[in-house]
Amino acid sequence: MGESLPRVPRGSQHPSNTLSRPVQTLRVKMVLLGSSGVGKSSLALRFGKDQFKSSSPTVGCAYLTQVVHLNDVTLRFEIWDTAGQEKYHSVTPLYYRGAHAALLVYDISKKETFIRAQVWLKELERHYVPGSTVIWLVGNKGDLTEDRQVSAQEAQSLANEKGLSFTETSALSGDQVTELLQALAHRVYECIGAQQGGLSEWREPSLVTLHHKDTSNPLASCCKVGP
Amino acid sequence: MERDNHQEGEAQGVKICDPPSESNPAADTLATSLSLLGNHMFPDSVERNERLGVNREVPADSLLSDVTAEESSLDAETPSNQIMKPETECQDNVSTQPAADRGTEDSAIDNDQSNSEEFVVTMLAKAKLEEQGLGVKGRSSPLLEAGNQESPAFMSHRDEDVTADSWRAHRKHVFVLSEAGKPIYSRYGSEEALSSTMGVMMALVSFVQSGDNIIRSVYSEEHTVVFLQKGPLVLVCVSSSRQSEQQLRAELLYVYYQIISMLTQASISRIFEHKKNYDLRRLLAGSEKILDGLLNMVDSDPSFLLAAVHCLPLASSLRDSLSQILQKAITPNLVFSILIAKNQLLTIVQEKTVIEDTRLEPTDIHLLLNLIGASSAFQAGEIWTPICLPLFNPDCYFYAYISYLDPPECTVCLLLLSTDKEAFYAVADCKRKIEEAMVAQNSLSLIAKAQSYSVSQVGVSDLRHFMYKPFDVPDNYRQLTQFTSPEMEAPYSSEEEKMRLLDLYRYMHSRIHSTSRPLKLIYHVAERETLLAWVTSKFELYTCFSPLVTKACAITAITKLLRWIKKEEDRLFIRYPPKYSTTPNPSKSSRGGKSDQQDSTDNGFLSLL
Ligand SMILES: Nc1nc2c(ncn2[C@@H]2O[C@H](COP(=O)(O)OP(=O)(O)OP(=O)(O)O)[C@@H](O)[C@H]2O)c(=O)[nH]1
Ligand SMILES: [Mg+2]
Repeated sequence: MGESLPRVPRGSQHPSNTLSRPVQTLRVKMVLLGSSGVGKSSLALRFGKDQFKSSSPTVGCAYLTQVVHLNDVTLRFEIWDTAGQEKYHSVTPLYYRGAHAALLVYDISKKETFIRAQVWLKELERHYVPGSTVIWLVGNKGDLTEDRQVSAQEAQSLANEKGLSFTETSALSGDQVTELLQALAHRVYECIGAQQGGLSEWREPSLVTLHHKDTSNPLASCCKVGP
Repeated sequence: MERDNHQEGEAQGVKICDPPSESNPAADTLATSLSLLGNHMFPDSVERNERLGVNREVPADSLLSDVTAEESSLDAETPSNQIMKPETECQDNVSTQPAADRGTEDSAIDNDQSNSEEFVVTMLAKAKLEEQGLGVKGRSSPLLEAGNQESPAFMSHRDEDVTADSWRAHRKHVFVLSEAGKPIYSRYGSEEALSSTMGVMMALVSFVQSGDNIIRSVYSEEHTVVFLQKGPLVLVCVSSSRQSEQQLRAELLYVYYQIISMLTQASISRIFEHKKNYDLRRLLAGSEKILDGLLNMVDSDPSFLLAAVHCLPLASSLRDSLSQILQKAITPNLVFSILIAKNQLLTIVQEKTVIEDTRLEPTDIHLLLNLIGASSAFQAGEIWTPICLPLFNPDCYFYAYISYLDPPECTVCLLLLSTDKEAFYAVADCKRKIEEAMVAQNSLSLIAKAQSYSVSQVGVSDLRHFMYKPFDVPDNYRQLTQFTSPEMEAPYSSEEEKMRLLDLYRYMHSRIHSTSRPLKLIYHVAERETLLAWVTSKFELYTCFSPLVTKACAITAITKLLRWIKKEEDRLFIRYPPKYSTTPNPSKSSRGGKSDQQDSTDNGFLSLL
C-alpha cells in the first residue's frame, strides 16, 4: 500500500537505498481495535495514502502494510484493521495475537466507544506480557469538537494510569495522523526492537520474481491497495 | 397491460399450511391480527374496510377449514385462485388444465369485523403513537452495553420516517424478526421504530403456530405478505411487486442465507437456545448494508430469480489460462479460487477432495459476490474474513481472502477460500503468485477487453433480450448452474424499463414454475413487447421480442438463438470447472467423499461462536 507513495517502494529497498547504508527492515505487526465506526479504516487509509474517503464497515479484517523509515532502521508495519462489529469479535484474537503494537481507537464524540476501548484494553492485558506490546490510546474524530463526549484529560489520565500512550487524531483532517505513526514507530523500535527476539527481519518472499515484476509492471508493486 | 392482468388474478387470503384445527375463539384473534397488520401497513384499507381473507392450504379432502367467519371460507375452497390469468395471452401450453376461473364471488363477502373493529382501531392508534415517538430517531440503541454502536455515517434507509406515506409506498418491504418477536432487520426504516409493526407480525405468526399451523402468506388487493420461518428467525416480505409467493419466499430465503453466511446456523440456534429473547441486532449491527445490498441485487439481477450464476463471456483459451494460473497457486486447505471481473464470474477452481460430493451452489456464489460488493477491499488492500457458505455447510466458516488485482480501477477481484483461519499469509502468497503469472501473461489487459455481449450479435431481428439457463447434462453434472444473457439495451436502458422487463420475466417465471399449474411454454403478448418462455429438460429460456413479432417468427427466432448459443457455448459458459488438489495425500480423494469432507472439517473449519 504505502509502498506506492514516494517512500521506498516495496521489494526494492535494497537497490534504492544507497549501497553504503544498507538499512535493516523489521516487521511490526500492528492491530487496530475499537468499536465500529470510530474511524479505524479511515486512520489506516491516512497512514497509507494520506487520503480520506467515506468508507463502509470493514468486513472481517483488512490487511495492509506501511513502511516507516527511522534513522537507522526501516519498519514495515503489517496493519490489521479489524472490524468493530460485534459479530466479528470472536475472531479478533486471530488478528491481535502476537501484535507488537495495538491502537485502541475510540470516537471522542461517543462516550461508549471510549468505554469499549477500555474493554479491549482489558482483553489485551489478559493475553499479554506487559512490555511486549505497545498500546496506544487514540481518540479519533478530533474535528468533532462540538460533540465531544470524552475530554482529553479523561483519556490522558486513563493512559497514565494504564501506562499507555495517548493521542487525539482526526482522520478527516489528517491532524496528528502521520505524527502518530512516526511516534509509534519510534516507540515500538525502542521498546521491542532491541529486545531479544523482539522484531523479526523482513525479507521479500521471493526477491527475484518480485524484481522482475517491479520492472515489468509498475502498478504491480502497489497492488495491495486500491484508490 | 401487465399490471391489470395481475390485478385481475389477485387473490385475497391467508394461506396456511395446516393440519386443520378447530379453534374458533382463537380464529377471532387471527382475524384481528390480520386486520391489524393490514391496517398498519396499508392504512388506506381501513377506510375502505378492505377485506382480508384467510386461506389455508388444506389437504384436498378436508373441506372448509374452520378459521371462523365467512371471510375465510371461499378462498379456502378454491386454492387454485391464485392463478393469474392475463387477458392478452394465448397459451401454447402443455397443460390442459383449464384455468380455474377465480370468480368474483370469492372477494364478495365482506369482512364482518364489527366486533373487533373497535379493538383494531384502538390498537392501531396505539401502535401508531408509539411509532411516531420513535419514528425518525434511527438506531439509538439502549441495548448495546459496551457501546458497539453504529455510526450515523453508515445509515441509509435506516433513518426513514416509518410513519410517512413514502415508507409505505416502497415496493418491497422485508422484515426479519426473532421468534420472540424482537425486530432484527427492516429494509426500510429502523427496526426499533418498527417494533410495534413487527410485534403485530409476530403475534400473527405465533398465533398460527399455536395451532400447529405455519402461516405462509396474506393477500390483499395491493400487497402480498409472505412469511418464512427458519429456525428461530421469522422473515416477512410485504410486496406490491406482483411477484408470486414462491418467488418472494425464495427471496426471503436469500436473506436468511445471507444472515447465516455471517453468523452460521449453528451459532444462531445456540444463541437462541440460550436466550430466547436475545437481540440479534447486536450481532448483525453494521450488516444492514449487506442485507440492503442483497435485496437490491435480488430486485435488479435475474441471477437470483434463475438461481444461476452469470459468467463474463470470455474466449475459452483465456478462461483456461486463467484457470491454470489459479490451479498452480495453491496452498494447503485452500478450497476455492474464484476470479471475478465486473461483478461476474471469470473462473472458479476448486479443491478436489473437499468438493468431492458437493458442488458449489449458485446461491453461495451470489452471497459471496454480495459480500465482496459490501466489503471495502478496494480501499483496504487485502481482506481476511470468516464467511459461511450456507448451502455448502450452514454451520461452518470458511476464511475468505479478498483482494483486487487491478488497482486503482478495482474491477478484477480475487477470492480465495480456505478452511484454515491461520492461513492468511500462505493464501496472500498465492495471490502474489497469481498476480505474477497474470502479469507475465498480460491477463489483466485481456480481461479488461472482455465484456458482456449485445443481443444484436445473435443476428435475429425482433429479438430484444433473452435469458438462457442450460440444465446440467449428465456428463458434467458437477457443473455450476449458469445462465447467459445479453446486455439490456434500448428500449430497456433506463432503470425503470429494465425493472419493467425484469418484472415481465418474473411474471413468466412464476407461470412456468407455478406449483398448481406449471407451464412448459408461454407466449405472452404484453403491451409493449411479446415474450416467450420455454422450459425443456435441457434448458430454461426467456425471450423478449418486439411487439410486432408473429408467433411463427418467434419460433424461428428461437431456433436461431439456440443454434447461436450452441456455437458460442465455450465463450458464454464456464464449461468444466477445473480442480486442484491441495491435500498432501491425494489417495484420500477416492470416492467416499463425505468422510473426507468430514476430516477436513475437523481440522480446518472452526466454529467461532
Ligand atoms: N468527522 C470525522 N469522521 C470520521 C473520522 N474518521 C472516520 N470518520 C467517519 O466515520 C465513519 C466510520 O469510519 P470507518 O473508518 O469506516 O470506521 P471503522 O472504525 O473502520 O469501522 P468498522 O470497520 O465497522 O470497525 C466513516 O463515515 C468515516 O467517514 C474523523 O476523524 N472525523
Ligand atoms: Mg473499518
